[in-house]
Amino acid sequence: MAIISVENISKKYTDIQALDNVSFQVNEGELYGMIGADGAGKTSLFRILTTLMLADKGKAKVNGWDVVKDYKKIRNSIGYMPGRFSLYQDLTVEENLHFFATLFNISVKKNYDLIQDIYIHIEPFKTRLAGKLSGGMKQKLALCCALIHRPSVLFLDEPTTGVDVVSRKEFWEMLCKLKKQGITILVSTPYMDEATLCDRITLIQSGKILSIDTPQGIIKHYPDSMYGLKSSNMNMLIYDMQKAENIKSCFAFGEYLHLSFQNDNEAARDELRNYLTEQGHQNIELKQIMPNIEDCFIKLMEK
Amino acid sequence: MNEVVIKTDKLTKRFGDFTAVDNITFDVSQSEIFGFLGANGAGKTTAMRMLCGLSTPTSGDAIIAGFDVYNQTENIKKNIGYMSQKFSLYEDLTVIENIHLFGGIYGLDNYQLKNKTDELIEKLGLQGERNKLVASLPLGWKQKLAFSVAILHQPKIVFLDEPTGGVDPITRRQFWKLIYDAANQGITIFVTTHYMDEAEYCNRVSIMVDGKIEALDTPVKLKQMFSAKSMDDVFLRLARKAQRTSD
Repeated sequence: MAIISVENISKKYTDIQALDNVSFQVNEGELYGMIGADGAGKTSLFRILTTLMLADKGKAKVNGWDVVKDYKKIRNSIGYMPGRFSLYQDLTVEENLHFFATLFNISVKKNYDLIQDIYIHIEPFKTRLAGKLSGGMKQKLALCCALIHRPSVLFLDEPTTGVDVVSRKEFWEMLCKLKKQGITILVSTPYMDEATLCDRITLIQSGKILSIDTPQGIIKHYPDSMYGLKSSNMNMLIYDMQKAENIKSCFAFGEYLHLSFQNDNEAARDELRNYLTEQGHQNIELKQIMPNIEDCFIKLMEK
Repeated sequence: MNEVVIKTDKLTKRFGDFTAVDNITFDVSQSEIFGFLGANGAGKTTAMRMLCGLSTPTSGDAIIAGFDVYNQTENIKKNIGYMSQKFSLYEDLTVIENIHLFGGIYGLDNYQLKNKTDELIEKLGLQGERNKLVASLPLGWKQKLAFSVAILHQPKIVFLDEPTGGVDPITRRQFWKLIYDAANQGITIFVTTHYMDEAEYCNRVSIMVDGKIEALDTPVKLKQMFSAKSMDDVFLRLARKAQRTSD
C-alpha cells in the first residue's frame, strides 16, 4: 500500500520552477531516498508533504490523507526533521524532548523504547543546552524529537549534510533499525553513496525526476560499459583524456577516471593504451568496473 | 623541491582546559593540493583559523607564506585567499560588484581590477550574468565564482573549507578542475571535504583525530599503510578511535 503518493506536483517561486510535475509513491515500510544536489527541489517537496506549504498544481497524500484537506490528521501521524536544526537552542536536551512529547500529548516514558538506542548516545549530556551540542549530537536529538510521538511516517530532510563520514554511517545504521520497527521513511540527501542504503530512490535535479528505481535497478540500466583508468600522473591524465579519440564520457572519480567509449571493443582499448603511452604515461591501468549511483546520476544529468 | 609555504611546529590551541588543536606539526609546499580531513569536532576549523591569522595559538609555531602567525597576521591575510561553503559572496550584490569588492579588499588597483574582472567573467562563462545578483545564481556557479574571487589576487595559498558541500556531481568535478588549474599556476590549495573521493584528488592528505594529526601521507601510501581499499576505509578506521564528541 502506498503510504505517500505524489501526483503531478508542481511548485514555482517567482521565476524558479522548484518542482516540475513530480510523481512517485512510497510503500509501507520502505526506506525511500530523494537523491539530488542543492536546488533540486527536495526541501520544497518535503514542505508540501508535511503540510507546511501548498503546491501550485497536483495532488499528494500521506497515509491516505490529502495534504490540503486533512492536514491536521497528517501532522499528528508524521515526524519531520527539517534540514536546518529547528529545536530550541535555549532548552536543554531533556527539555526539548519533553516539550515535543507534550505537544503530542504523550509522555516520553510511553514511547521511550523507540528512541532508546539513539537517546542513549546523548543522555550523558541531557542537561546541556541544545545550542551547545556538536553537529552529530544535534542530529541525534532532532531525530529523537521527531520520533517521540511514534509517527508512522518519518520525513528527514538532508539529515547528514555537513556531517562527517563516521556520523553519517551511524545515522544510516539508526535508520535501518527504525525501518525494522515498521516506520516508513522518506529521506533526502546530496550524498550519492548513501543511495545504496535505500530500498528505492528518486534521482532529482532542478525540480525534475531523472529516474525512480531500486539502487541496483538504476545501476543495471546504465547503458554503457564503464572503465576505470589510472596512470602515474593523474593530473596530466585528465588533460590528455580530453584530447583522446572515441571517448563518450570521461570524468574524475576518486582514485580512477571513469570513462566509456563511443565504440567499445578490444581494439579501442588498445588504441587508448597506445595513445596514453605515447603521451608519456606510465603504469597505465584500464579495467572494466561497475558504475555506481553517482555515475548514473551524471549520465542522466547529461541527457 | 618546491618552497615550503605552510610550516607548523607543535601548533596548539587551548580553550580553558580543552585542547582543540594538540601539537600539530606539518609542512605544505608550493603548488601542493593538501587535503585536511577530520571528523566534526576534530579541530580542523580551529587549526585553519590559526593558519589564516584569525586566532592566536596558545603555543607552538607556524609560518604561513613566510609570515609568523603571532605578529604578522596582516601580512598573512594579504597573501592568502579563503572560501567556505557557508560564507563566500554577498548575495545582495551583483557578480561584478562582488568581484570589485573582494578585488578591492585584496588590494588590486583599478587597472588590475578591470582586466581581472573581464578575464574571470569570460573564463567562467558568466557574460550573461555580469549584472545579476549573486542570490539568483545556482549554487554550483556561486561556488565557482567564489573560488575564482578568492584567488583573484594570486595568493600563495588558498584555504577552502568544504567548498563543494551540496553541489551536484558534474559541478563538483568542474570545481576540482579549477582547483587543478590554480595549483598548476603555483597556488597552494589547503582544502577540507566530507567527500572521500575528493580526498583522492589531493597530493597529500592529513587526518585529524581529537586535535592531533593521526596520519599524513599521499592517498596511495595511506591506503597501503592501513591495508584499506579506499580513503573512506582509512578515514573510518582512524576517526572511529575518536574519544571526544563536541565541536
